Amino acid sequence: MGILTFKGGIHPYDGKELSKDKPILPLNPKGDLVYPLSQHIGAPAKPVVQKGDHVLMGQMIAEAAGFVSAPIYASVSGTVKGIEPHLTTVGSVVDAIVIENDEKYETVKFQGADSLDELSKEEILKRISAAGVVGMGGAGFPTHVKLSPKEPDKIEYILVNGAECEPYLTSDYRRMLEEPEKVVDGLKVMLRLFDRAKGCICIEDNKPDCIAKISEMVKNEPRIEVKALKTKYPQGAERMLIYAVTKRKINSSMLPADAGCIVDNIDTVVAIYKAVMLGMPLMHRIVTVTGDAVTNPQNYYVPVGTNYQELIDASGGFKAEPKKLISGGPMMGFSMFDMNVPVTKTTSSLLCLVKDDVADMKETACINCGRCVSDCPENLVPSRLAKVAEHHDYARFEKMNGMECCECGCCSYVCPAKRPLAQSIKSMRKEILANRKKK
Amino acid sequence: MSELIHVSSSPHIRSKVKTDYIMLMVVIALLPATVFGIYNFGPRALMLICISVATCGLTEYVYERLMKLPVTIGDFSAIVTGLLLALNLPASVSWYVPVIGGVFAIIIVKQLFGGLGQNFMNPALAARCFLLISFSGQMTDFSVPEGAFGKIAVDTVSGATPLALLKSGESVDVVSLLVGNVQGTIGETSVIAILIGAIFLLCLKIIDLRIPLSYLGSFLVFIIIFGGHGLDINYILGHLFGGGLMLGAWFMATDYVTSPITKKGQIVYGIILGILTGLFRIFGGSAEGVSYAIIFSNLLVPLIERVTMPTAFGKGGKRNG
Repeated sequence: MGILTFKGGIHPYDGKELSKDKPILPLNPKGDLVYPLSQHIGAPAKPVVQKGDHVLMGQMIAEAAGFVSAPIYASVSGTVKGIEPHLTTVGSVVDAIVIENDEKYETVKFQGADSLDELSKEEILKRISAAGVVGMGGAGFPTHVKLSPKEPDKIEYILVNGAECEPYLTSDYRRMLEEPEKVVDGLKVMLRLFDRAKGCICIEDNKPDCIAKISEMVKNEPRIEVKALKTKYPQGAERMLIYAVTKRKINSSMLPADAGCIVDNIDTVVAIYKAVMLGMPLMHRIVTVTGDAVTNPQNYYVPVGTNYQELIDASGGFKAEPKKLISGGPMMGFSMFDMNVPVTKTTSSLLCLVKDDVADMKETACINCGRCVSDCPENLVPSRLAKVAEHHDYARFEKMNGMECCECGCCSYVCPAKRPLAQSIKSMRKEILANRKKK
Repeated sequence: MSELIHVSSSPHIRSKVKTDYIMLMVVIALLPATVFGIYNFGPRALMLICISVATCGLTEYVYERLMKLPVTIGDFSAIVTGLLLALNLPASVSWYVPVIGGVFAIIIVKQLFGGLGQNFMNPALAARCFLLISFSGQMTDFSVPEGAFGKIAVDTVSGATPLALLKSGESVDVVSLLVGNVQGTIGETSVIAILIGAIFLLCLKIIDLRIPLSYLGSFLVFIIIFGGHGLDINYILGHLFGGGLMLGAWFMATDYVTSPITKKGQIVYGIILGILTGLFRIFGGSAEGVSYAIIFSNLLVPLIERVTMPTAFGKGGKRNG
């Protein structure tokens, strides 16, 4: 089996050694829990509780507001303090349900399933949708929508994305190492939905222990295979992953289903397993707290809604003054100015860095070196796109395929002139998408 | 938290490779050719190199101060220009030739068009061509100055460069061309010294093989077809190793600013360079043609880029329904 990959990409310092050997610790928050109503792509959820209501862990507090939407569940027991605007990791202020934690963890009774075979496909999808499962790799796309393509018979591959190509992140790694059976069982649930599909668990070759462990587990499963991927950023980007495994290419206007693929992140697949087999809604996720400013980097099993400050407190606070606080990885994560934000379904990491490369390195003139062109996984010319974007030339930007950018950030990373290429291109894309919506 | 927290758009990390590092590595890569040039042509070569580098650096500094622009001599690009200009001069020119050339390269070719990254011609080569027209006597006088350490083979025709010998139908000593004890400009004579620098840049991934190989390849094909000597090995190697082709192909055609940014474009650019160099050398009035071929091709770069834009990943794929 050859090592699979794509063209372009970069090899940044990966920082995973800080937290890769730290087992997942459960973290029980002390303070209030905050549940933004919009922590997925699609319509924000509609609250079904009121101020003063007592809720149990696992009780629905907001329902899906349409097909492309997802419900939200309480991850602790306690009292609803109110529904009020709250700051989120991306810097926006959105309505959120605030629950005062009574620390009793009184739980509703979950209706599990005895065996996968007795569930119909409709029943499986219903359970996934009802559990509020969304893509936990970062995008937050409702999983039941992804699993309901127009032509289910044309799905040939279910790709479980265990690449974890973002530097510093180790949550998927720990999950695969500590609970591989849940990943495999989740994949089995998905395969039940698509009779013709083959399941591939895709892992970068910097995690040989996971590859060996899961390969051993699935050696008697005819429909499941482990695929070793070359360690390179952005190997875990959906389009790059599909290409690496199947050699099929999709562009920005296509869905993975158009190439006969469904891609889901490790944590999402585990959430699918819990939703279908245990009847448990999505209430927790694994978060890596790391970076050179953190005293004890660690991987935590955290209730959704936990305040970021509690994550850093649990890790012993800062051992050095942080310059940059990032929610997510250093390549695509969001920098934050306030730690008073909640963990959502899509939070993968809290990264605290002592140095800020962006501020430390001054922007100079483009020397046309072509590094951005060589490394762009989408085969674009980022330096020219950024120039066109700075001139707000919409027509030319689209003609030069600017909308195909996957916002991976490789161009900004490699630029020797330290130009914020990805930033210019991203803001232009947002403008064009907003203009399209207006029409 | 007393200090302010930084907020910026992702990505939040940057590679350590910066413009000044790249330029410094190019200077280091040129050192073997520079040192050999000084050995070959003596202290006069060292003096011209110093004058050229100092002129370029000083001109950039003074211009930017006068124009109230940020001073960019720290990025070493003016140093690269000064060094390349000196390596492209015969060792016998007067001291004011590199001064005029350096000022022309930095002010006319580089700064007036917007400074680093904006010049549409290689500054060092544009200055060389300017000097060739203005001081054609001095610029084509390859007599060896006194005090040279090297043993240059000048016994055949006095003052003749390898290309001039080939042009007049004589043969050349290929081993001398490889080592570099022949006549020519300060930095162009030693193929081995130039290749050591080129391999250094290739290993650091500062240049790649696209432009040099397509340049040298298409030039070879051109002289085999049109050179009139068929597959005469001495003639072919003489053209390949003689004159400014090696220095041009590895260090000047690969200049980032004045070569295409697209991968396909770089190959097209190399092929055009090879054809033009062959054309100028074989059918032109002078024996050499590399400098003119490069600055002429520099002008074609925007057009080449326009027709060689890469196809985006997954372009043309059909959305189902």
